[in-house]
Formats: sequence, structure tokens, C-alpha cells
Amino acid sequence: MLDLTHTAPKPRVIAGAKHDWELVIGMEIHAQVSSNAKLFSGASTSFGAEPNSNVAFVDAAMPGMLPVINEFCVEQAVRTGLGLKAQIHLASAFDRKNYFYPDLPQGYQISQLYHPIVGEGEVLVELSPGVARLVRIERIHLEQDAGKSIHDMDPNLSFVDFNRTGVALMEIVSRPDIRGPEEAAAYVTKLRQILRYLGTCDGNMQNGNLRADVNVSVCRPGQYEKYQATQDFSHLGTRCEIKNMNSMRFIQLAIDFEARRQIAILEDGGSIVQETRLYDPDRNETRSMRSKEEAHDYRYFPDPDLLPLEIEQAWVDHIAATMPELPDAKKARFMSDFGLTDYDANVLTADLESAGFFEAVAKGRDGKQAANWVINELFGRLNKEGRAIVDSPVSSVQLGGILDLIASGEISGKMAKDLFEIIWTEGGNPAEVAAARGMKQVTDTGAIEQAVDEIIAANPEQVEKAKANPKLAGWFVGQVIKATGGMANPATVNALVAAKLGL
Amino acid sequence: MSANTWTIAAARDALRKGEITAVDLTMSCLTAIDAGDGLNAFVHKTPDIALDQARAADVRLAAGDAPAMCGIPLGIKDLFCTKGVPSQAASNILKGFRPEYESTVTARLFGAGAVMLGKLNMDEFAMGSSNETSCYGDVVNPWKVDGRKLTPGGSSGGSASAVAADLCIAATGTDTGGSIRQPAAFTGIVGIKPTYGRVSRWGIVAFASSLDQAGPMTKTVRDAAIMLGAMCGHDAKDSTSADIPVPDFEAALTGDIRGKVIGIPREYRMDGMPDEIEALWQKGIAMLRDAGAVVRDISLPHTKYALPAYYVIAPAEASSNLARYDGVRYGHRAKLSAGDGITEMYEKTRAEGFGPEVQRRVMVGTYVLSAGFYDAYYNRARKVRALIKRDFETVFADGVDAILTPATPSAAFGLGEMSNADPIEMYLNDIFTVTVNLAGLPGIAVPVGLDRQGLPLGLQLIGRPWDEAGLLNHAHVLEKAAGFVAKPDKWW
Repeated sequence: MLDLTHTAPKPRVIAGAKHDWELVIGMEIHAQVSSNAKLFSGASTSFGAEPNSNVAFVDAAMPGMLPVINEFCVEQAVRTGLGLKAQIHLASAFDRKNYFYPDLPQGYQISQLYHPIVGEGEVLVELSPGVARLVRIERIHLEQDAGKSIHDMDPNLSFVDFNRTGVALMEIVSRPDIRGPEEAAAYVTKLRQILRYLGTCDGNMQNGNLRADVNVSVCRPGQYEKYQATQDFSHLGTRCEIKNMNSMRFIQLAIDFEARRQIAILEDGGSIVQETRLYDPDRNETRSMRSKEEAHDYRYFPDPDLLPLEIEQAWVDHIAATMPELPDAKKARFMSDFGLTDYDANVLTADLESAGFFEAVAKGRDGKQAANWVINELFGRLNKEGRAIVDSPVSSVQLGGILDLIASGEISGKMAKDLFEIIWTEGGNPAEVAAARGMKQVTDTGAIEQAVDEIIAANPEQVEKAKANPKLAGWFVGQVIKATGGMANPATVNALVAAKLGL
Repeated sequence: MSANTWTIAAARDALRKGEITAVDLTMSCLTAIDAGDGLNAFVHKTPDIALDQARAADVRLAAGDAPAMCGIPLGIKDLFCTKGVPSQAASNILKGFRPEYESTVTARLFGAGAVMLGKLNMDEFAMGSSNETSCYGDVVNPWKVDGRKLTPGGSSGGSASAVAADLCIAATGTDTGGSIRQPAAFTGIVGIKPTYGRVSRWGIVAFASSLDQAGPMTKTVRDAAIMLGAMCGHDAKDSTSADIPVPDFEAALTGDIRGKVIGIPREYRMDGMPDEIEALWQKGIAMLRDAGAVVRDISLPHTKYALPAYYVIAPAEASSNLARYDGVRYGHRAKLSAGDGITEMYEKTRAEGFGPEVQRRVMVGTYVLSAGFYDAYYNRARKVRALIKRDFETVFADGVDAILTPATPSAAFGLGEMSNADPIEMYLNDIFTVTVNLAGLPGIAVPVGLDRQGLPLGLQLIGRPWDEAGLLNHAHVLEKAAGFVAKPDKWW
């Protein structure tokens, strides 16, 4: 795979009252595995089902029920690991994380503390052309999601919905390599993009299918470099973990608030208490949820209901052989094959659907022109109507057809835009629609020549002026196009006018 | 002799020959059960289900291709989830719980035509060695001395008592640290704990998942062979179930053990072990030697660490397995006072629902898994477990075919006798049996004689992993040589 050359961005520096501070951020992303069935049961994972309708006996932790691993979820974790250039562990194991909560029927979450399925990997997070942060991935493990407690249906009772209970999550744990709120958002964006390319998580943050726990600490400039040289965390500040963030905007606001909160404490001579905090978007602040002392003792131990998970290298190789092209590679290819700018390549590879649409349009055509049309006309129009690319009324075949008409000179750029509008609202084959509506620019030099001659003959004064000042030849071009009802090819008219006027 | 006293083998043959119907056989058991309430073995009788199943069995028998267990009336330990029938693990916390599903073991037995007479008493969540921790009250051993009521052992005390008293032809049991073998020995019956993974745990209320195995409790070794065959086999619903073929265990009962090597582990000769137990052991050794086996002294050096390791691992797993009994979804939920929140609901529900022994083990388990103690207890216990397993692997690799030990350190003791004792004294009942669970091996208890008071005593044979067939054959030889035919005097 082609690695984009890059330089690392400068860390975000916050000026305190006394001195400068740098941010150090690590993230745990909980990504719901795209799978029809749960991690250890055959129950459906469909979103929005009637409460407690997607619940198998084992999900409800009925007595004597046992978990059986869903092989497809394992495959998805392996695929994700490969997509993050990570080490795949052929032997991993499941542990129980014990705590009481009504939405956790077993009284424990099955997770992988001691032996995760995926080890160290990396994500290249581009912030601007040529500037990117390489974020190291520490591990990815599989675990069960919890259910949902509902406290607002009754003044005295709480309710639980177990539909989500036991759905497979991948917890993707980064090293503390992220150095500012923008980088954090860019990291989540990039990870989400990769997961969506891989088809291992739909990345739907609104539904909670991608959530982030954000660990934030601050340190004095120079300290981070010491940490990097030694991997000794004592060079860094004490961290606080902001739980369960599911919006890029709030992630940034929460980090910024949290960093400033910590700086204020430190500059006041205080110290940071390691704790779990929650972000309140209404007040734009983080609040303590529980301190390290109050933290649960999860009493992790190997789940005796599950044998160690052993997979074969041949299976991993098979998954590796069926990996899709990933965003970095696709972007590089778009730039080299289609001559796209960095910006355009980023826009067009943001998601697979856009990339696929563009590629279908660009194939065998002028790539830059295809990029312009997809980004400016199509995306512009889609945004205006709030539609997604998959719901585009104009297909890649239709847009390609329009571009073909421009390329052959049959219609002008102006006509093409009109034609795009017609196809958008009415559909149809672009060539046929153009023909039916007489949208055909005149390239017949005989007809255009006649019009040029007539206009020159009728406007002797303009002729004299134009001869003195060739820039005024444009007036004739305009008149000719007008006289031909907009059908004349502007390039042909230009050439003829210049020749006739002897310019 | 009334039909309820028959063995599986005898009943099977009579059913196949048409000498009795499954309905009549079942009726004879139901009558015995009703007359046996004084034993408190059955906690939930299911005569309607039993007669329906018996009628269906008679149809199959008439058709002529009925499997061995067809028409055999069984008692089912309350730890097994049986569809639509109360399944409470003898705990108040599962009060009123009727599963919507059938455990794999009972589904297999019923699929083979076996008849369910009802649910059998046991120690609460299988935690106990005397059947005194049940929410249904103590089970009484049909064997009695001087009018004293004795424990049938535990946790499968109801199963043992019911089989020994001929309330049923056979029963299911489960064994986490000796819960099949110890009560079998206390009541003069046969009980086998198969190799871990031989029998599916699906649908059996979990105590300690890495140790739990279900097995048959029967009147003879042959019956154990027949019933085990119907219980075991791979189950995709249990990830720890082994996908290996199930041999014909009954066909393996050749009675020929000439040249087989029997190991006698010196570490099982405990200080203060009653002479009678030692004498019984020697008797068993002589019987096997007389049958042509080669008897060899062996060493299992880590044996003394087994009991402490067991009482770390089993409670650790139990503390987690029992977390689901929280009053949220099923079973008991405490009545709450105004202002009580979720924490109070958990605390009150679990305090009311679990008995003292279960609470003790949940607390021990929680403690040994907690931060700061995990390595000192749980991890160390796991290491000990690995060493115990290796001890056995070493002697088996040296050519030992089976190991003979006492099954229990004493005969059945009086109910209530241990009530003021240190819990550790009760735990000592498992001293000869827990190693087998820790190593995942098959073990069988066979009645070999009576003590001075006239109470049954058993010996334990331990086999190689997956060699239940060989183990049963050794047990069959021992059983034949011992000629144990004593029955308790009917007083109930």
C-alpha cells in the first residue's frame, strides 16, 4: 500500500495564565460490528426494533444459557485489524468483566482484557495536504454491548431494553498520540472512514454505533517528547476519561473544556484526580462521574464458558486477500490515475459511495472534469436537497452520458448544466433528452460562418472598433451565439470571428 | 419385587419383552415417590408429564425400535432446566421460575424415551456436601443408624436418596467437586462424573462452569453405562462440549481387566483417615488384583493443594455465575421500601434469595477475584490446578489405566451434625473427589461394603480423559467382586 508522505502537525498549545500547555489525548472507540447476529447469540441486531424483541435466552442471561461465539464477528474484527495494519493474534481469549447494572443481565460483560484478538496497528490521520498524525493503535478487542436503561417512562420505575444486549462491539484503543481537539475529531473521522470502507462498522454515531471514550491530559511542552522517547507515562499529566461521546463536534468541545479545566487546576497549584467524567453539551462542561477510588473493581477473569479463541493463519490470509482498497490507497490512486488535486481526492474518497460514483463517471473520461462535475454540480445539488449520494436522482451512467456530450462537442458546458437539471428532475438518457429538446450546439462552420458574415456586414462601426481593439471581438462572438439561438459552439465562433476580422 | 426396584437394564429388557409397560413401571415409581415424602427427595412431582411420556414410550416400544432408555422413569436434579416445570436449583432466588427451554441432557434423555417423574432436591445451587442448604429443606438418607437421620451427601442428595430408596430407576446428577460421587457413596449407589466436555452443560444452572459436569446416578455400573450413553455427545450450544465420538459404554463392560494397571496414590492416605476407609481401600485393591490387574503405588504430589485451589476457583466462578440472579428479570425480587433504589433492590433480593452457604461462596469468590488479591488467590489456584492436571497426566503417561481411591473420608453423617462446625470441615468431604474435577477427568463411585454401623462405603475409580468406557469396565469388575447387595431397611 502506498503511504502518503507527510510531516507531523504541531500539537495544540493552550496558553495558561502562567505558561503554555500541550494536550495529550488517547481514545477508546467502541464500534458496533456490522453483523446480522449478536456476538454470542443468534438474536438479530437490527436497529429500532420493538423493545426486547431481539433477545435470545442467553442475552437475557436465563439460567443455564451459554454463549457461543459468532464466527462472522471474529472475521469482522480480523478484517478491521488488517485494515489498521495491525497484528492479528491467532490465539485470543474472552474474560468476564463483572459489575451489576440492570442493563447487564449476566452481571458481567464478556470482553477480552488479557488476550485481545488484535494487537498493535496504526492509523494515518491527515489534517491538511502533507500534514498527518500517525496514531498508534494499542489493541482491538471484541466485547458485548449492554442494553438500555430507560428512566423517563415512569416516575417510580425504570425499564430496560435488551435489544442491544450482547451486540458485538470492537473496542479500538489508541496510544496517547493525539495532540489536540481537531486531531481527535480527525482521528475519529478517519477511523470511521476506514471501518466503513471495510464494512465492519456502519459508523452511525447518532444511533450510538460508534462511540468514543476520550482520555485527556495536559503537560508542559517538552514532556511529551520525553514520554515518546521512553514510553514512560510518568512524564505525562494525570488523565481524565470523558465517556461515551458520539458527536465529532462535542468531542472537540469536551476536550477543549477538559484541557482548560485541568490547566486551571494545575496553575492554581492543584493536582488532577484521575476520574471518569461525562460531557454535558447543554452547558458545555465535563462533570465528574466517578473517581478512581469509586471505580468498579471489575474482577476480570477468563470466561470459563468459552474456550480460548484460536484462528488459523490461512483464514486470516483469506480475509486479507479479500480486503477492499482502503482510503489512503484509493486517494493516492485517484491523484495519480485521474490527476486529481489532494483536496478533490479527499472529497471523493471520503466514503465508498462517493468514490465509487466518481470512479464510474471518470472511467474512460477526463478525470478532472469528472471530479469537477461530481463535486460541484452533483454534490452541490445533493447538499442543497439534503440527499445522500446513494439517493442521487442522477446516476453515474447518466452523468457520464452528459460528460460524453460535452466531450464530443455536441453540447456546451452551459447546455450541460441545463441538461443536468432536466435529468435530475425528469430522468432519462442524456443523449436522447438532448436530442429531443434540440440541445445541440452548432459546429457546422458553414452555418456559423453565414451568421458571422451577416453580423459583420450589419455592424461596420463595431468592425472598425474591434480591429483597433481586438478585445471587442467578444461582442461579435456574443451576437453570433445569440443569433444561432445559443446553439453555436463558442470555440468555433471565436475562431471564425477572429479570422473574418483579420485579428 | 416391585418394578420401581429394578435396574435400568432389567427394566429395559422387561419393557422390550413386553413383560411390563412403561406406564405400569412409571406408576410403580410414582407410588413409591408418594410413599417416600419422608425422604424429601422429590421437590416437584410431575406425574402427568411422566404418564404422558410413558404412554409415548409404550408406543415406541410396541413399534420395536425403542432405544435403551425408552420408558425408564427418572428423577431429574433441580439444577436441570426442564421446560415448563419449576427449575429452581433449590434456591429461593429462583422461586417460581419455569424455563421456556429444556436442558440438552434432559432433552436427550426424553428424546430417547426416558420418563420424568419430577425434580429432585439438592444443595442450593449445588453448593454443599450434605443437602442441608436446600430451600426445600434437608434430604434424608434412606440408610439410618440407631434411628438417627443421616445426610445422603450433596449436592445431588435428592438424586442419591431417590435412587437408593427405589423411588426411581435412576436419576441425573451434577458434579462440581464430588456432588455425584460423594452422595452415591453415602447411599450405596453408583455415580459417574464424566470427563469435562463429555456432557453438555447447556440448560444446567451453572455453579462453577469449568468444573461442572452432569452424570447418571444409578443402581449399577451397567445402568451408569447405559444412561451415560444417552446423556452425552457433542452439543454446539456448549462451547466446552467435545466433538468426539461416544462409544457404546455398555458393550465395554467385558469384565476383563487382566494386565490393566491400577494406580494407588499415596497422597490419598490422609492423616486421621478412619481405619474402616483404609481397610475398604485395601479390600478394593485386592479385588482388582484378583481380577488380574497390576496394582502399582503412584504419586500425585500436588494433591494436598487441591482442596484449597478448588475452594478458590469454584467460588470465583460461582460469584460471577450467580450475578444474574438480581431480581430484574425472573425469580425472586424483594419488596422495596419507599426511596429504595437499584442498589437496595439488589442487596435485599440477594440477601433474601440466597441462603448462607451460597452467600458465603459468593463473598469468597468476589474476594479472591478482587483487585490486589487476584494473583495471590485466583491465579495461584489456577497454577495449582495445572500442576494437579499434570500429576495425573504423568501417571497416565507412565501406563496407569485407572486410579483407585476412597470416595469419601467417612460414611454418611447425621443431619445437623455439622451445623456448628467450621465450613472447612464440611469441605473436607470433597477431599478425594475435587482433584478429578480440577483435572477434568472421569471418576466413578462404586459401593464396595458397609461400615461397622451398617452404612455403605464406596471407592472411587479415576480414569483417563475420555476413557469412560475403560473406567466403567474397571468399576464393573469392582462392583462384581464387592457383590454389594445391601439395601436400606424401609422406614419411610
